[in-house]
Amino acid sequence: MLHSLCRNISILSLLMWSAFASGEEIRSFHDKPDLPTSEIKSGYEFLTRESRMLQSDDFANPGLLWVDRGEILFHEEGEHKSCASCHKGQGNYTLAGAAATFPKMVSGRLTNLEVQINHCRVERQRLVAFEYESEKQLSLTAYVASLSRGMPYQVSIVGDARPSFTKGRDYFFQRRGQLNLACTQCHDDNQGKLLRGDRISQGHPNAYPGYRLEWQTFGSLHRRIQDCDVGVKAAPFEAGSTTYIELELYLAWRAKHLLLESPGIRR
Amino acid sequence: MSQDHPVKFGRRSMLKAGAAGVGSLVWAPLLASPAAVDASIADLFDGRVAQSGRVTVKIPPITENGTSVAFRVDVESPMTQEDHVLRIAVFAEENPVPDIAHYELGPRAGIASVESRIRMNGSQRIRAVAEMNDGSLWTGHAFSIVTLAACLL
Amino acid sequence: MLMIRIKAPVKATKGQVIELKAMIQHKMETGYRRDKYGRQIPRDILRRFECLYNEEVVFRAQFFPAVAANPILTFYTVATESGFLVFRWVDEAGVEAFDKVELEVV
Repeated sequence: MLHSLCRNISILSLLMWSAFASGEEIRSFHDKPDLPTSEIKSGYEFLTRESRMLQSDDFANPGLLWVDRGEILFHEEGEHKSCASCHKGQGNYTLAGAAATFPKMVSGRLTNLEVQINHCRVERQRLVAFEYESEKQLSLTAYVASLSRGMPYQVSIVGDARPSFTKGRDYFFQRRGQLNLACTQCHDDNQGKLLRGDRISQGHPNAYPGYRLEWQTFGSLHRRIQDCDVGVKAAPFEAGSTTYIELELYLAWRAKHLLLESPGIRR
Repeated sequence: MSQDHPVKFGRRSMLKAGAAGVGSLVWAPLLASPAAVDASIADLFDGRVAQSGRVTVKIPPITENGTSVAFRVDVESPMTQEDHVLRIAVFAEENPVPDIAHYELGPRAGIASVESRIRMNGSQRIRAVAEMNDGSLWTGHAFSIVTLAACLL
Repeated sequence: MLMIRIKAPVKATKGQVIELKAMIQHKMETGYRRDKYGRQIPRDILRRFECLYNEEVVFRAQFFPAVAANPILTFYTVATESGFLVFRWVDEAGVEAFDKVELEVV
C-alpha cells in the first residue's frame, strides 16, 4: 500500500514536473490517472461474437475489399511511378509496420498516414492529392494499414511531437457539445457499461481505417471521431484537420500495447 | 399532461444528422408485417400452404447492428434428381419490404444451404420457405433481437 | 470497377460437394435513406446473382433491398468436371460484374 502510494505520488510529481517543464498550466483532468495498462482492451473485446468473427474472417471481412483495391492502386503504374517502385522489398522504405508509427512529425509538420500518402503523391509521384475520405484514399490507407496488422503502435510523444500530443490530450479531456461531455467521461470513466444496447468501449483507434456497420462501408478514424462529436451534439471538425490529427496522436499513445487491427469491424 | 407515444420494442431510430454525410433512415409508407409476408408467400407460390419442418433458419439471437446480420438457411433434402429443393425464399416480418432474397437451387447444389448477410429493420422473425421439386412447401423461422445503438446520429 | 472476392477450391474430387463464397463491393442503396438535404437517395441495388459452372447455371439468387451492403453469398455445388466457375451479378440498370475461377476435378 505504501509502495503504491509512493509510486502514485512519484507519477503525479512526474506529470506535474513535465507540465511545468513545458510551461503549461495544470488542469485538474491532467492529474487524472490514465487507464491502468493491464486494463487496456481493444474495441474488439466489446463486440458481439458475430462481429468479432467477421473481423477475424480472412475472406468475409468486408474491409478486405478496400485492402484489395488498395493493393492494386499501390502497384499501379502510369505516367507516374507506382508506390511499389519505392516501397517494395527490404530497406528503408518497406511499409511493414509503417502505419503503426503514425501520427508523427515529418519536417516539422504533424503527419498522419493520409497526409503522408498525399505528400508522396504530390512530391514524388507528381499526382494530385487525394480528397479526404475518397474511395482511393480509403483503399490505399486500408492496404498500408493492413501491413501493420497485429503490430503495436510505435508513436513518439517527445521532442517536437510534445505540443501536438498535449493538444490532442486536451481535446480528449475537454467537454463539448450540447451534451457537454468529454471523451474521457465515456471512454475512461464508463467504459464497459451499457449505453442503451451498446457496451461503451475504451475508444481506441486501432481498428481504423475500418468497416463500421453503422456506415455500411469503410471509413477513416477521422470520420469515426466526427461521429462521436455529432453524438454529443458538438459541431465536428473537418476530416484531415490538425485538431483531429493531434487527437489521433494522443489516442495512438493511449492505446499503449494494443495491436493494430485494421481493417477492423466495429459497430 | 404529456401523452407518451407507444414505442415498438427494438425499433431503430429514424433520424440521423447529416454531419458525416450519413443518410437518414425513413420508413416506407407501408411497413411489412407478418400478414404482408403471408401475402408475399402466397403470391410467390400460387397460394400453396407451407408445412413447418425441414427448414432451419440460423441468425444470432441478439445482434448489435441490424445493417448486416449473419444468416444461414439449411433445408433437409437428399438433393437428388428425384428429390431436391427448387428454391428457397427468405422473408422479414418487419422490414419495409417482406422479401429479402430468393435462391434457386436444384440437384447440382449437392446440399440445400445458403449463407448470406441481411438487413433487419429492428427485432423480428425471419422466415424461409423451401419449394421442393414435387411442389411441396416447407418453412422454418428464427427470431433475432436487434439492439439500439448508443449514440443517435 | 467493383471489387470481388471469390473463395473456391482449386481442386476437387468428382462428386464432392464444394463450398463457394462470393462477395462483391456494392452499397446496396435501399432507397429509404435521405441525404443531408432531406432528399431521398434513389435505390441502387444488385438485383441478380448467378453462378455458372462450364456455362451451366448451378445457382441463382434474386436480391431485394434487405440484402446487406457488400453482399456475400455462401452456397454449394457438386464438382462434376474440370472447368470454369463464373460468378455474375447484375444491377437494376442491367450493368454486370463478374469474376471467373478455374476448378480442377480429379
